[in-house]
Order: sequence, then C-alpha cells, then structure tokens
Amino acid sequence: MAGTAVVIEENNQHVWSGGVAPMKASYGKLMMWFFLLSDAFTFSALLITYGLIRFSHPAYDGSVENFVFSSEYWPIPEKVFEAVPFLHGMELPLVFVGIMTFILILSSVTMVLAVEAGARMDRKGVEKWMLWTILGGLTFLGCQAWEWSHFIHGVEITGKDGVAFFQGAGLTSNPYGPPNFAALFFFITGFHGFHVFSGVVINFIIFYQAMVGIFEQRGHYEMVEKVGLYWHFVDLVWVFVFTFFYLI
Amino acid sequence: MEQQTQIRVQPVDKKKIQKIWRVAGILGAITTVEFIIAFTIGAGSAKTFLFIALTIWKAFYIVSEFMHLGHEKKSLKMSILLPMLFVIFLIFIMIYQGNAIYEVLN
Repeated sequence: MAGTAVVIEENNQHVWSGGVAPMKASYGKLMMWFFLLSDAFTFSALLITYGLIRFSHPAYDGSVENFVFSSEYWPIPEKVFEAVPFLHGMELPLVFVGIMTFILILSSVTMVLAVEAGARMDRKGVEKWMLWTILGGLTFLGCQAWEWSHFIHGVEITGKDGVAFFQGAGLTSNPYGPPNFAALFFFITGFHGFHVFSGVVINFIIFYQAMVGIFEQRGHYEMVEKVGLYWHFVDLVWVFVFTFFYLI
Repeated sequence: MEQQTQIRVQPVDKKKIQKIWRVAGILGAITTVEFIIAFTIGAGSAKTFLFIALTIWKAFYIVSEFMHLGHEKKSLKMSILLPMLFVIFLIFIMIYQGNAIYEVLN
C-alpha cells in the first residue's frame, strides 16, 4: 500500500522531464493559472459588454430621491437591489448584496487557512477549514437563489386603473429599466453563480479526498492549493461584479 | 499494513495565520469603505474612479496574498499579468464604442 504512494511521488518529480519545474511551479498549478487567465478573459468580456450596453443607453441625471423606474434610462442599482429576506417592504439598499460579499470573502479566508493547514500536513485542519469554505459557498448560493427569485418575482406596481399587480424581470423585459439590464444581470451573476456552484462541488470532492487520506498517502496537499486558486478566483470575480454591477 | 508511514504534522506558524487574518481585515475594511462611499458621495466621475481604485486594491490583495502570486517567480507573475493588458485595451475601445452607439441612437 505504502509502496504505491512512493511510485506516484517519483512520477511527479519527472513530470517536467528536465527534473526542474519551469517557473518553480508544478504542472497542475501552472495549468490552473492559465485556465484562470482564460476565465478572467471571459468574465472581462461579460463585464465590458455591460459597460458597452450601459454607455449606449441614456443615464439618469435627476436626483436619487426622485428616481422612478423607466425603460428610458439605465436604472440606479441601489434602487433596484434593496430587498432583504424576512424584512419585507423595507428599503435597505445594497445591504443583502453586501452580506453576500462578506460571506464570499470569509470563505476565501477559510480556504487560505485550509491551504496553510495542508502545507503543514495537518489533515484535521484541512478538513475543518474546507468544511467552512463549503458552507460559505453554499450560503452564498442560497443568497443568490433568493435574490434571483425576488428579481424574477418582481415588484408591486399600481396600474392606471388602480389595480396593483406584480411585474418581474425576464430576459425580454423588466420593470426596472431597459430590457438589457435584466438580461445582463442574469448572464453575469448567473455565470458567476455557476462558477461558485462548480467550486463548491470541487471543494467537496477535495474535502472528501482529504478525509479518506488520499493526500496523506500522496505525501502532499497540493490539490487543496490548486482548488484554492480556483476558489479565490471566484471571490475575485465577485469583487468586480459587486463594483461594476451594484455600486457604479 | 506492514509499513505505516509516519505523518508529521508541523506546528502552526502564528505569524502566517496573523498575516492571513490581517489581509482579511483589509479586504473587509475596503468593502466597508465602498459601502460608505455608495451612500455619502453623489454620482459622478469621482465616485466611479474611487470605486474602481478600491476594487483594484482589493483585487491586488486577493491575487497577491490569497492566490500567492506575489510570492511566485517573476516569469510566472508576468505571464499572468501581462495578457491582462488586452483587457484594458478592450475596456477603452468598448466604452468608446458604447458612446458612439449612444450618439447614433439619440
């Protein structure tokens, strides 16, 4: 049993044939970096598309207090995203998305702590911090699910005949602003949410592998480090989505 | 099993842990500042500039410390960072293009 582990270890050392790893990084870590670079291009393209479409629409130039939703101009995000679960009818602009941001940053911190524990061969530590990271990711996904359902379910609008009805956002129309506003919301936060989801799944696989002792046999916890890179990237993208979609 | 490999857990380096939490604190503080700015400063190019500067500051901490890129070899750093110049290029031409579309439509 122990012999198998030794063989794997030897193979790893010859992965780069020359015996020395280029850029002092392992093959897997380097490829993860290049994958993340390509993923960064994808997200940049999406966010820049948001910029392009936003700049091609008129901006609202009145005061924030008198703002009303209209498809004539781009909405002010803090007027759109102001709902918090269990606090129905209260205007709490950006509070919920702020909580989501803190959750994701914290899960990134616990991921660093998992990587640090892995470097010390501390299985208990890796298990503990990976579990916190998974929990953070799941909480974030839950928050996003609520935000989407609220966005789709919509806001109460009183029609010309005095009858109130709900109008929600879809890909072709929304009560907040130009149709593209909601379409971009679904695309950008959806694509990010899918990354969070896949990150949670991969985190869970790594947590399981650490738990059954695969990395201990292998002699190192580099997989935790690689998955950590992916998870930090997801956090990094959210930092940009938060600024460009919700703040500006 | 006839051969039991001894796994030696190394002791915790307190300084390292402290540094991780310090970076976490900085990230939290910058986010809080962004929140304050969102409600105190009126919309305008100054506000936008502040937001972008703070975002890049946060991104620097995440990439450099959490992703450890700041401690990698220079060649690795550059092969990740230099291609991002294309993104900066794309931002400028696409914002310009957006304004051009606006001019045509209105």
